Amino acid sequence: MESNLLSIRLAGLQLDNPAILASGILGYSAESLYRVVKGGAGAVVSKSIGVEPRVGYANPTVVQAESGLINAMGLPNPGIDVYCEEIKYCKTILKVPLIVSVFGYSADEYASVAKKAVEAGADAVELNVSCPHVKQTGAEIGQSPKLLSEVVEKVKSSVSKPIIVKLSPNVSDITVPAKAAVEAGADALTAVNTLKAMAIDHETTKPILSHVKGGLSGAAIKPVALRCVYDIREELPDVPIIGCGGIMDWRDAVEFMLAGASAIQIGTAIALEDTEVFQSINKGVESYVRKKGYGSVNKIVNLAHHS
Amino acid sequence: MSTSLTTVNSMRTTEIVQVRTESPSVKTFAFLDKPCSKAKPGQFIMLWLPGIDEIPLSVMDVSNGLVSVSVKQVGDATKHMHNLEAGATVGVRGPFGNNFTESRGKVLLISGGTGTAPLLFLAKQLSAKTERISFVEGAKTRNELLFIKELGGICKEKSFITTTDDGTYGLQCMVTEPLANLLDKEQFDMIYTCGPEVMVKKIFELTEQRKLPLEASLERLMRCGIGLCGSCMIGKYRVCRDGPVFNAAQLREVTDELGYSKLGFDGSRIPV
Repeated sequence: MESNLLSIRLAGLQLDNPAILASGILGYSAESLYRVVKGGAGAVVSKSIGVEPRVGYANPTVVQAESGLINAMGLPNPGIDVYCEEIKYCKTILKVPLIVSVFGYSADEYASVAKKAVEAGADAVELNVSCPHVKQTGAEIGQSPKLLSEVVEKVKSSVSKPIIVKLSPNVSDITVPAKAAVEAGADALTAVNTLKAMAIDHETTKPILSHVKGGLSGAAIKPVALRCVYDIREELPDVPIIGCGGIMDWRDAVEFMLAGASAIQIGTAIALEDTEVFQSINKGVESYVRKKGYGSVNKIVNLAHHS
Repeated sequence: MSTSLTTVNSMRTTEIVQVRTESPSVKTFAFLDKPCSKAKPGQFIMLWLPGIDEIPLSVMDVSNGLVSVSVKQVGDATKHMHNLEAGATVGVRGPFGNNFTESRGKVLLISGGTGTAPLLFLAKQLSAKTERISFVEGAKTRNELLFIKELGGICKEKSFITTTDDGTYGLQCMVTEPLANLLDKEQFDMIYTCGPEVMVKKIFELTEQRKLPLEASLERLMRCGIGLCGSCMIGKYRVCRDGPVFNAAQLREVTDELGYSKLGFDGSRIPV
């Protein structure tokens, strides 16, 4: 059966297919997530939610690069108390796992948001410890193994659902925070968030993003992200990895799985193929698995390490 | 990235070559830009005021490669823009979104405020192709009515109706008031509207009661312009990418939000 061929288990979650919506793309409203599910996503990750509402940065918040997008949105979100209503609504209309992305300025904040999200119905939480453009949260936590451990341990002791840690590629060795997260209790890792980047307009001599600095996504970062997944798998043979970064088509998706990812996340590719990109990636992965005679998408995970 | 998206979405700096005052609160700015010069009525651009902000603007006209946008002074960014003179550098990306369909036969256009700008662009395009164009424009007061001369030239006698809240020009009433009568009296093959959402909602109710086709251009807070960030959702639709023009069937799906709520910059629902 076709659905069996693509179905996976990921840190206790059952997914019909391995293509997940990455955090930050759509995801304020339940209806926007519903649309992504209609487009074929096997699970969805919400926008990153904090304790308090945040309006984010002024425009420009997104700028086109040669083969990708640079963004500095500034973690706009309505705060967990308001977002809980959206989570509850999601649970009535989405038929796939809902992963709520969480950020905070301390371990306590991460834990309190995660707890509320899970109580409202989140099937898992993804800790954003890798946002490259907001101070005192995100990457500032993910780049410090000590802070990262504290955050993961605190969240782990507060919620009973799977905890996914989204890692930053902006470190000299990604296996260091990866190990710290897993040792502190992370059930899975997402690799990777955006790469630090910026854009300057030569005519006006001004940085284009209002926040000046941002993070690069899209095809440009794929080889970097692929290496991150491969490196983590070499060091940590067992932790489920969700590959993320520049996956534009089924070939990219397959390559991330060969490098060690059990599932993949899609974001920037929606700009090109719209929300149906999930269907087209799944279709391509499925025919690859069938043509090669693997029988299940799970069989291709890690293959690049054995060849 | 596909070449077309990269081209359309890349930031191009260009000079403002013309500034025209349309009303005490509205100015029109014209600039040269190749991708934007391919814009169709209904589409919008993102205009960057370096170091200040980036704002979505409907295209008001394209002629000989010159792209025009009409800007009402409503906040800091538009205030800054109103101080710009010819020679100032701005950045542009786009055009984004869909466009009004080109209807034949008899068409009716209804605008309020700066919603008149994209409908003037549409009226110019349709004037050669349609049997008859009727236009109803509303504003608060006489000197806020936009493009009266241009619209008077496009519409035949008696098919251009103006309304003002204070009665200083045309009929003293809301723009929606003469509509019921007009819709009952005349046959229209398509009705187009752009303006304040409460007005759009009222027009939608009038056309629905009579089972008439409608295309409405909507406005929401925008950031990315390419359908990724979700700031401009109405129901399941992204105004930047699935819109900004929505037909009656789509509007029926968003009646619980149309005229009532939108997403604020923090993603929470706020009144329109």
